[in-house]
Amino acid sequence: MAEMEEGATRRDFINVASGAVGAVGIAAAAWPFINQMNPAADTLALASTEVDISGIEVGMAITVVWRGKPVFIRHRTAAEIEEAKDVDLGELRDPTPDAERAEKPEWLILVGICTHLGCVPLGQKTTEARGDFGGWFCPCHGSHYDTSGRIRKGPAPLNLPVPPYVFTGDTAIKIG
Amino acid sequence: MSTANFTNPVVRWIDHRLPIFSFLHHEAHEYPTPKNLSYWWNFGSLAGIMLVIMLVTGITLAMHYTPHVDYAFASVERIMRDVNSGWLIRYIHMNGASFFFIAVYIHMFRGLYYGSYKAPRELLWMLGVVIMLLMMATAFMGYVLPWGQMSFWGATVITNLFSAIPIVGDYVVTWLWGGFSVDNPTLNRFFALHYLLPFVIFAVVVLHIVALHRFGSNNPLGIDVKGPQDTIPFHPYYTIKDAFGLFVFLIPFAFFIFFAPNFLGHPDNYIPANPLVTPAHIVPEWYFLPFYAILRAVPDKLFGVLAMFGAIAVLFILPWLDRSPVRSGSFRPVFKIFFWLLFVDCIALTWLGGKPAEGWYVTASRIATIYYFAYFLVVLPLLSIFETPKPLPKSISESVLGGSGGPAAAPAAAKEKA
Repeated sequence: MAEMEEGATRRDFINVASGAVGAVGIAAAAWPFINQMNPAADTLALASTEVDISGIEVGMAITVVWRGKPVFIRHRTAAEIEEAKDVDLGELRDPTPDAERAEKPEWLILVGICTHLGCVPLGQKTTEARGDFGGWFCPCHGSHYDTSGRIRKGPAPLNLPVPPYVFTGDTAIKIG
Repeated sequence: MSTANFTNPVVRWIDHRLPIFSFLHHEAHEYPTPKNLSYWWNFGSLAGIMLVIMLVTGITLAMHYTPHVDYAFASVERIMRDVNSGWLIRYIHMNGASFFFIAVYIHMFRGLYYGSYKAPRELLWMLGVVIMLLMMATAFMGYVLPWGQMSFWGATVITNLFSAIPIVGDYVVTWLWGGFSVDNPTLNRFFALHYLLPFVIFAVVVLHIVALHRFGSNNPLGIDVKGPQDTIPFHPYYTIKDAFGLFVFLIPFAFFIFFAPNFLGHPDNYIPANPLVTPAHIVPEWYFLPFYAILRAVPDKLFGVLAMFGAIAVLFILPWLDRSPVRSGSFRPVFKIFFWLLFVDCIALTWLGGKPAEGWYVTASRIATIYYFAYFLVVLPLLSIFETPKPLPKSISESVLGGSGGPAAAPAAAKEKA
């Protein structure tokens, strides 16, 4: 019975093989129970939002909800666009030119969630604090964003993200 | 097992087949306990009682609560206004969380001062740290359930901590949320887990007690029990002492429940959750503030999160950082100073965690964070080498009897009681 091949027996092989099959089986059985916590089909189905932006005057901003998150749509003034363009990329923490962040320069569309720990920054209303760079200011831990939604000061590591969107008309967009 | 003689024939009949009464007699009645335990040794049983109070009030609250974003806030308000005694049960549960943490934190500082984490009680201590971690997870998820502004934004900030994990962080956060933001799936699973985890805590508490009873309680002298002359039976001596301590502990607890039920909470949590508006100043519950202060003291997101979890992780390896053979701080003159500094440091971190992260608060948080880690990683290992402890008493009895009598006269009396 004890057929020794370099110290390993057939019994050892059977033990390891059955252990390995058991581990794969447990992993396969565990996966549905882990994956059930990922977004469900109905949650994914609500993944796009259509917005009519004709009513937004220059200098105004609105907040819409996309995937349960606030999305900022800001109709930028010429001065704000100028300010966003006139930045030396070298001094940015997350260097991105403004042209890559706004398909049409007058329309800036951003996910309104601070990249630090997920608060909603202030600055959508002209009466709110907009921080040192005229964009947005997160009151939770003091991050300042500029008029292109780029991080300029404070603990946040990244710019406010630009969601995927398309202009479905001159004054209509589809986010997601 | 012991030789307990039960007079009741029904008890004898059951015990012969299922020795549950012998077991209880052995572990909760005759269980030999050092006879010099001070009131600092009350907080373990107090924490256990708080767990039971939280389970009873929590299960009753669950009978009236609705875990859905549209109904959660209203169902909690209904508990407060319409459900019979609902206000009382909820206020006990709310303030019970705070008092549970008070009991556990005092219990831990007791362990830190008297070296209760040292051999052979390392696993006992580590199980305690596991219990604390589970309590923190449970308390956090419980705070989300009323679905107020602080619930929502607390959940958002804390779950976002996981986004600091490189590469997979965002997937982990989406997985935790079950969506793309804190929403109904998040609330549902937090409710399920908030109901489950206390029972897991209960199970770990059982292990904690099994590990405790293996070598028995540590004591203020930190020396081993030498024999029966050093111990008294748990019942009635410590049952009555624990009961007395409980009544004293319940006085401030009742004060908060009846006279200042919302003092430890945050008024913003009586505003229904609004995913589009962040409150101006987000603060966690007071028992998380020291860890929150450590998180914010580090200017980098990933390292801030690591420091925060590291503050708890360091407790796991504490038994191997403090190599001094002397357990009790009473005989360690230098250790004592650093211990009380740590205590003040933790109070300072708690206070700083509630302040905005700006100006000198940040500097102070950094100093306090550095000391917290230095205590465990630098001070304790160095003290193990350089400190000269005071001489230890020969036995608990000798110390109790003022050093003269020796283990001859008194032990006989102690044994008779047992």
